[in-house]
Amino acid sequence: MATGVAAWLPFARAAAIGWMPVANSPMPVAPMDHSKRQDELIMLNVSGHRFQTWRTTLDRYPDTLLGSSEKDFFYNAETKEYFFDRDPEAFRSILNFYRTGKLHYPRNQCISAYDEELIFFGIIPEIIGDCCYEEYKDRKRENLERLQDDQEENRDTKPPNMSVREAMWRAFENPHTSTMALVFYYVTGFFIAISVITNVVETVPCGSTGNQKDMPCGERYTVAFFCMDTACVMIFTVEYLMRLFAAPSRYRFMRSVMSIIDVVAILPYYIGLVMTDNEDVSGAFVTLRVFRVFRIFKFSRHSQGLRILGYTLKSCASELGFLLFSLTMAIIIFATVMFYAEKGSSSSKFTSIPASFWYTIVTMTTLGYGDMVPKTIAGKIFGSICSLSGVLVIALPVPVIVSNFSRIYHQNQRADKRRAQKKARLARIRISKSGSANAFLHSKRNGLLNELLELTDTEEDEQKLTKCTSLLESQHHHLLNCLEKTTAHVFVDEQMYQQNCLETALQTCPSRSPSISTHDSSAGSCCGCRAKRNAPLPSGRPVPTHTQGPLQELSALHIQSHTASRSNLNRKAEESGRLNSKGGRITTAIISLPSPPDLTPDSDSLRRPPQRRQPADPAASSAGINIIRVSAL
Amino acid sequence: MLTMNLEGLEMIAVLMLVVLFVKALGWFGLLEAGYDSVEDELELSTVRHRPEGLEQLEARTRFSRKELQILYRGFKNECPSGIVNEETFKDIYAQFFPQGESSTYAHFLFNAFDTDHNGSLSFEDFVMGLSILLRGTIQEKLNWAFNLYDINKDGYITKEEMLDIMKAIYDMMGKCTYPILKEDTPRQHVEVFFQKMDKNKDGVVTIDEFIDCCQNDENIMRSMHLFENVL
Repeated sequence: MATGVAAWLPFARAAAIGWMPVANSPMPVAPMDHSKRQDELIMLNVSGHRFQTWRTTLDRYPDTLLGSSEKDFFYNAETKEYFFDRDPEAFRSILNFYRTGKLHYPRNQCISAYDEELIFFGIIPEIIGDCCYEEYKDRKRENLERLQDDQEENRDTKPPNMSVREAMWRAFENPHTSTMALVFYYVTGFFIAISVITNVVETVPCGSTGNQKDMPCGERYTVAFFCMDTACVMIFTVEYLMRLFAAPSRYRFMRSVMSIIDVVAILPYYIGLVMTDNEDVSGAFVTLRVFRVFRIFKFSRHSQGLRILGYTLKSCASELGFLLFSLTMAIIIFATVMFYAEKGSSSSKFTSIPASFWYTIVTMTTLGYGDMVPKTIAGKIFGSICSLSGVLVIALPVPVIVSNFSRIYHQNQRADKRRAQKKARLARIRISKSGSANAFLHSKRNGLLNELLELTDTEEDEQKLTKCTSLLESQHHHLLNCLEKTTAHVFVDEQMYQQNCLETALQTCPSRSPSISTHDSSAGSCCGCRAKRNAPLPSGRPVPTHTQGPLQELSALHIQSHTASRSNLNRKAEESGRLNSKGGRITTAIISLPSPPDLTPDSDSLRRPPQRRQPADPAASSAGINIIRVSAL
Repeated sequence: MLTMNLEGLEMIAVLMLVVLFVKALGWFGLLEAGYDSVEDELELSTVRHRPEGLEQLEARTRFSRKELQILYRGFKNECPSGIVNEETFKDIYAQFFPQGESSTYAHFLFNAFDTDHNGSLSFEDFVMGLSILLRGTIQEKLNWAFNLYDINKDGYITKEEMLDIMKAIYDMMGKCTYPILKEDTPRQHVEVFFQKMDKNKDGVVTIDEFIDCCQNDENIMRSMHLFENVL
């Protein structure tokens, strides 16, 4: 639709005059514009910044928020404006899109914030104009890579139930996940080093053995070197076979670069075994030995820097190609010129054009060995031009490669840094989050204390515990309470939960009470919420942490905060039955269960109920056996 | 002989050196060879045009003040420099006819609007044309249409001119039509037109023939209501 040029529609319709005289039939009736709306100004209030525009400007793009009736949801009738609680900076570019038809991406905006704004206002990011689209896409790609990196880190956490094969593959790919993998990693690294050193030392001349001149060590200690070689190759073969077995996609693994390097590293040995000392093939045999040096590339599994270098070279393939091509051109040109320039001089080393190649290469790369030098004047002039141009041609693509390498290297460094910081960040975030989760529990405790103190008419601590929670918080807590009531489970904090998991894991849980009591589920699986049991213990006794029965105890904190109330209760228990029952009510409030007497005897649990029943008798009987009662919070 | 060869190459070498030297001097600005920079030319090309005042336009056209404001805002949005050249004009018109090829017809329209034939359309030209088309009398409108058809502005519409116009109109339809457009259709349409319009059968249509014929044609008169509620 030509919404962008909607203002020109009257013109286009007027231009239809040209069709009318030639038309053979009358024109159809034009649509009537009933709502003869004058073009009006719309006020858009974005977080206090006021933007104004014509209604027709916004109507240009009817499938966005501002162009459709969706904006009526944001209309504020009192101030007669549309209020959006969003970022005014981003809104500026969005409004400009309506005005000019081009969406621009402001460089100083965070990419995800900008994306969110676009999604909110119903604009697809593909409309971003060509001037800003590249930048947008680059930043988006960076962001995605960063997210993917993070996701990969998360995948380090071991999923349960991995087959042997998957476990092995994981160990191979991430050596730091298990000790065995680490050991394997270092052992292979060690053997690679040994192998490479062996290859090198083999050729060093050892001391002469009397009558013979200096022999290389390889020929002197043939057996020893052969054994060393065999050992290394065996280790490599075993490693390769294990990797092959563990790979999730064997075909893809076999095509990967690392596996090819592995194969090339061990193949010469086997070929050497197969081939005898046949004179015909001994030349090839010698060549094969050269391939042993590829073992050094196996180090790239161990070194990230090598991998980065390889990746850089791969990504700069086009620049390298250009470099090579331009060098070749220059070499041919200059070699030809030098050849013809030096043709006349006697005893010239420039015997043919290919022979001049050597001179040209050496000169262009500014090596200047000096084994071939021009003697004629023309030769010298062209030679100097050759060396000057060599510097330029080589210097041009190199910065591109360097900058690519630098970008990738820094990216990797940043990824490493992020990974290192991640643990600390997550720990800190977890602490701050758990603070808010515990708010509910704290408020429950505080609320209970409030009630207790009100009942006991003690004035001193009331101010401390006055409800300073906001309306929002209290409504939130009410909601959580409703949930607790619905599911007959109660929220507890982290410590308690861990404790209880340990307990139920350690102990065989015989209690199979038919009630809705939660200790059932907790006995079954360590994960349900359990009810807490108020410690009906005499005030001074700290909570025994690990010797609980199926019934769980409140945490020490809980106990301590209640010790005061406990003692109050106990004191006042005799005073008034009303108080007693109230106290009893409150007692059972936090808790859940009195253990039913039909539970299989656990000495603790049996011991406790009688004690507890004392202050809570009237309530306990009404509490039935396993009913959880929640206090009047 | 051999020495000649060497001298030849030496000469070439020395020549190359001299040329490089001169070029280097030129790059360092020591030798002004009188190069004109291209950038200067670009400066002149952006032209800004400001239209006449609102009152004058109001007087010369039949639009109200508000209408002129709306028109100008739309105009200036597409052409911030204040004038439309043919390319922009064609682009804008093409947006209304995405299926077909509207550039030929837009070319004719441009020539019709551009009354002073200076190759660009200012806001005055634009709004004067619109005023005639939307608010003018039947006579004026038909006159304008005749002007559109008369490509070389000689006062006569020939069959060739009409054929061009017809082809341009059919081009705007594009390929996907029903029934399929045949090669012959524009020509046939022109024949029908000439039969209707050309009273004295002299092969051209004059302005009087045209206006007479259109005023007597019911279909055309009825179609004139098209322009009533455009703005």
